[in-house]
Amino acid sequence: MSAADAAPRQREGGLLRGARRFSRGILPMAGLVVVTILLVMALAGPALAPFPADLTGAVHTATRFQPPGAAHWFGTNELGQDVFSLVLAGTRISLLSGLAVVALGAAFGVVVGAIAGFLGGWVDEVLMRLVDLVLTLPSLILAMAVAAALGPGIVNMVAAIALSWWPGYARLVRGEVIARKSEAYVVAATAAGAGVTRLLWRHILPNILSPVVVKMSLDVGFAVLTVASLGFIGIGVRPPTPEWGMLLAVARGNMPDDWWTAIYPGMAIFAAVFAFNLLGEGIRDLMDPKGRR
Amino acid sequence: MAAFLARRVLLLIPVLIGLTMIVFAITRLLPGDPARLAAGPNATPAQIEEISREFGLNRPLPAQYWHYATGLLRGDFGMSIYSRRPVLTDLEAYLPATLELVVAAMLLAVGLGLPLGLLAAIYRDRWPDMLTGIVSLGAISMPRFFLGLLFQLGFAMELGWLPLSGRFPLDEDPPPHLTGFLTLDALAAGDFHALGVALQYLALPAIAMSLSPLATILRMMRAATIEVLRQDYVLTERALGLSRRVILLKYVPRNAISAALTVIGLYFGWLLGGTVLVETVFDWPGIGLYATSAVLTQDFMPIIGVTLCIGVLFVLVNLLVDVAQAALNPRIRLR
Repeated sequence: MSAADAAPRQREGGLLRGARRFSRGILPMAGLVVVTILLVMALAGPALAPFPADLTGAVHTATRFQPPGAAHWFGTNELGQDVFSLVLAGTRISLLSGLAVVALGAAFGVVVGAIAGFLGGWVDEVLMRLVDLVLTLPSLILAMAVAAALGPGIVNMVAAIALSWWPGYARLVRGEVIARKSEAYVVAATAAGAGVTRLLWRHILPNILSPVVVKMSLDVGFAVLTVASLGFIGIGVRPPTPEWGMLLAVARGNMPDDWWTAIYPGMAIFAAVFAFNLLGEGIRDLMDPKGRR
Repeated sequence: MAAFLARRVLLLIPVLIGLTMIVFAITRLLPGDPARLAAGPNATPAQIEEISREFGLNRPLPAQYWHYATGLLRGDFGMSIYSRRPVLTDLEAYLPATLELVVAAMLLAVGLGLPLGLLAAIYRDRWPDMLTGIVSLGAISMPRFFLGLLFQLGFAMELGWLPLSGRFPLDEDPPPHLTGFLTLDALAAGDFHALGVALQYLALPAIAMSLSPLATILRMMRAATIEVLRQDYVLTERALGLSRRVILLKYVPRNAISAALTVIGLYFGWLLGGTVLVETVFDWPGIGLYATSAVLTQDFMPIIGVTLCIGVLFVLVNLLVDVAQAALNPRIRLR
């Protein structure tokens, strides 16, 4: 912070300063709280659902399209199933898929980026051109095509999305590895006779972990969003698996009269993505002070 | 500048070759037998064999690629295994609708994102800035398909202000085909009624699509403006007595254009690929819906065609963005 920045700040009142601190700290905290709640819901999941039978495809024709109320907080859908139970159970699928996409993408990208950066030369050239190419492809359409060909199933869907998720990590890690390669401790380890695997695993990768973690935390929200997008288009999971995007797609036909069947799954997607993004930006500010606004 | 341009255009050739190879490889190495699917559930092995031979699916993969790549040079994108229509004909029919949507969304994003980002920077850390900060992160987190559904629920179903879905009423004659952009065609024909109708249909999907790039442009513009105000030369001019307004007018426009160009380059491909979602919600007859139906039936040639088409457009737009950036900033040209 230069003096030029500090000067006008003193003029602001205590309330504004408090509000500023509030916005800095409270938003990541809010994200953290919501993410924690979502994780608990994902882990406990179906056990918490008030109507667990609805999750395995039970049909109650007598209670179709009940508006939200005391018995059914989010109302019931076209099969008389409790929307709250479905949305609750969907947390596990959406969160785990999102986290799995990021973990897979990061793992593959880190390996590719580390190899490219460390070996350099033509290996680097070939791998980075491949990265450029994958980045130009429309990832959603590619994921759709791959997921459809692999057939329905959450694992297939995660694999299809991860297929276009790794290039960003490869680029990031390559740059970091190149930067670290010439640092004294790496040169010293090389002189001491450390092999490629040991150099990368023990000396370089632990030191570039923080940008990777920052990118992963910023990516989870978008991964959850992509999973829901595929579900919405009707690729990846099949009913009665309660996936948020799929619930929303099915509920399109119930609008406008039975709007609650669509609103609540949609709100769940938005809340999860928003919470992960708030938390991700908080983690970025924490771990990378230079990137702070 | 000429050398820079020539180098960038020459670099396109290996990129395009690589693009065709990678798309072809990914789509053809997947499990599933398109010939069996196309022949239907009751087909005999002989019928499947027949289709397989007709479309060259029984030949080795490199031979199939060579056939496809040489066809591309003649403008032949292959044929749909179901409709038996050339993919190129379909792309010509659907691409303008998607491009119109993407361009409209981009115009909205740039037109609103730049001034709002400037305002956020000027009111840095005060309430307008905090508000735009939270709202823009919310906008980035909002699923476009859910936003589209909310728009339909509110503006089309409840209020009845705008049409629910589609691109043009079925019972009216669209303006004579010229560019494929209905708004431009109506304008060219001087048909202001059709222009109004087309804009009404365009409004909701375009706004639903524009929100995420708008928020990104806003954030980049804010960061760029704050960066400018922090420079030593700005501090010097302030010390010399120039007002903040004059300094903003002097230095911010260039950064604004640069921020807008960067986001256009970044988002163009993303929007083209992501129209699938908005097109599904609004039944917008573009390449997204075309790709979805091809994916669901595992019709490879249209999938490859759409993917390539978006990839090539993305590369070309980024080339244009780079050239524009270089024209604005000599430092890029010399690198």
